[in-house]
Amino acid sequence: MNIPKDLFYTKDHEWARIDGDTAYIGITDYAQHSLGDITFVELPKKSEELKQSRYCATVESVKAASEVYAPLSGKVLSNNEQLAAHPELINQSAYEKGYFFSMQISNEAEKEKLMDAVSYERYLEGLAK
Amino acid sequence: MSYTPHTQEDIKQMLSAIGAKSIDDLFQDIPAALAPKSFNIPAPKSEFVVTQILHKLSLKNATNLVNFVGGGFYDHFIPASVEAIVSRPEFYTAYTPYQPECSQGWLQAIYEYQSIICQLTALDVSNASLYDGGTALFEAMMIAIRQTGRKKIILDSGVNLIYRTMLYTYTKNLSVEFIEIPVAHGQSSREELVKYLDDKTAAVILQNPNFFGAIDDHTDIVEKVHKFGALAIASVYPVSLGMLKSPGEMGFDIATGEGQSLGIPLFFGGPYLGFMAVKSQLVRQMPGRIVGATVDSDGKRGFVLTLQTREQHIRRQKATSNICSNEALCALRAAVFVSLLGREGLKELAEHNYSKAEFAKEQLSRISGVQVKRSSPTFNEFTVLLPKGADEVVHRMIDKGFACGFPLGRFYKGMDNYLLIAVTEKRTKEEIRRLVDSLEAVL
Repeated sequence: MNIPKDLFYTKDHEWARIDGDTAYIGITDYAQHSLGDITFVELPKKSEELKQSRYCATVESVKAASEVYAPLSGKVLSNNEQLAAHPELINQSAYEKGYFFSMQISNEAEKEKLMDAVSYERYLEGLAK
Repeated sequence: MSYTPHTQEDIKQMLSAIGAKSIDDLFQDIPAALAPKSFNIPAPKSEFVVTQILHKLSLKNATNLVNFVGGGFYDHFIPASVEAIVSRPEFYTAYTPYQPECSQGWLQAIYEYQSIICQLTALDVSNASLYDGGTALFEAMMIAIRQTGRKKIILDSGVNLIYRTMLYTYTKNLSVEFIEIPVAHGQSSREELVKYLDDKTAAVILQNPNFFGAIDDHTDIVEKVHKFGALAIASVYPVSLGMLKSPGEMGFDIATGEGQSLGIPLFFGGPYLGFMAVKSQLVRQMPGRIVGATVDSDGKRGFVLTLQTREQHIRRQKATSNICSNEALCALRAAVFVSLLGREGLKELAEHNYSKAEFAKEQLSRISGVQVKRSSPTFNEFTVLLPKGADEVVHRMIDKGFACGFPLGRFYKGMDNYLLIAVTEKRTKEEIRRLVDSLEAVL
């Protein structure tokens, strides 16, 4: 399972790449693998205000629609328009080309509630048992 | 006659099996205040007596009237072959084709139906059918609201009043803003429609032919609607598409309609068939089922319900719509009917409707005091102005063997003397001449 060291993770399998007050958001390799072929994503609108742990996007695979929760609070800067025509990018490149959207973080302290790569890996091991 | 087969002994045995002493004991969980005090139903009658009562009731219906009533539902001829094909038990008894491995025939039939609706409307994707023309139009409006994130709807009052009432009723507790554009039994009023268009408009809803039978080319309106980022929705009469410009050709984003005219009897008001077709970019917002064609692991062609993730059983409260069932058997009738007619047959059918209505117009305009409205071309339905109340005329024409039309005063204020007359391919020239003679006598 691919778990990059420089990202932050949630228990619901979202990741955040934090760079100053900007963050890129997506779902983890574990999540895309569990869902199987992803067929559609519904992304938040630009300028939408998101709240940590609240619903922000939907991922559809062949027979399921799963909700995605915002890892952090803040405003949506832009969403990954490539996903509309190529949702398979999430399967192929969960942490790079398959990111969902970028956001401006409104509360840096919320980072404390996220896991680092080591904790997330341990969390996944727990799920496997 | 008892309609339940259980003897007292049966009931006793069943009760004892579950440990209840009596029927009251069985229902003791229902609080006395909520239990019905009486079912208020008459004593049972024998099957023979019931048949007699119902037969007597049915004699109150005038069944042999020559029908000139339209208003959204039309008396078209249905070839016997339609009935023969749809009565096959494989079609008649099948229900939900969720398991493609045992429903290929059904799924293919629905797929063919969808293809026919796409061809008729010249739009990209059709669903597997909806309840009726009114619910289809409501669902189309909701697509526009979801897609645009706006809540203002501009509604042409040339849209069937039954449909308009449904739009209002279904959205009573939603904050949808309606602007209804008055229409004077001619074509859509461009000036008025355009006046209300802005960047808050979700959709403009039009009907062709409209409730007064007027046909129109809405291309210019659709263009303006798109300039404001709104959607254009058309409710159409499918038989008319055999000769009229299609919604797709006019640029409409969504077309809906009542499919009753495609091989479905009038049935005293239903079940009918709602159809819907959309441009491909709206497919994820579309309600109901969609059957798609694919290939299996051996490369063989197969059919499945696609995009199920839009639906209730997966999306729960976030589903695009709560409409869950479809009108599969009615949709099948439509598919069979159109397939039997073929491209040329449908064209011919439309032409018959048009020319017989024109003949009726010409004949009716010879009656002194009757004015045939000619403010716009019509398909198979048109408005006439009578020298007296249309309601009374309709009643008196029943005695002469005619259902002569729909009195517009029932739906439109101040139009008590207006009668809406529909002429389908079933009406012979002789029947039309007799209608004219009888009307002359009644006036």
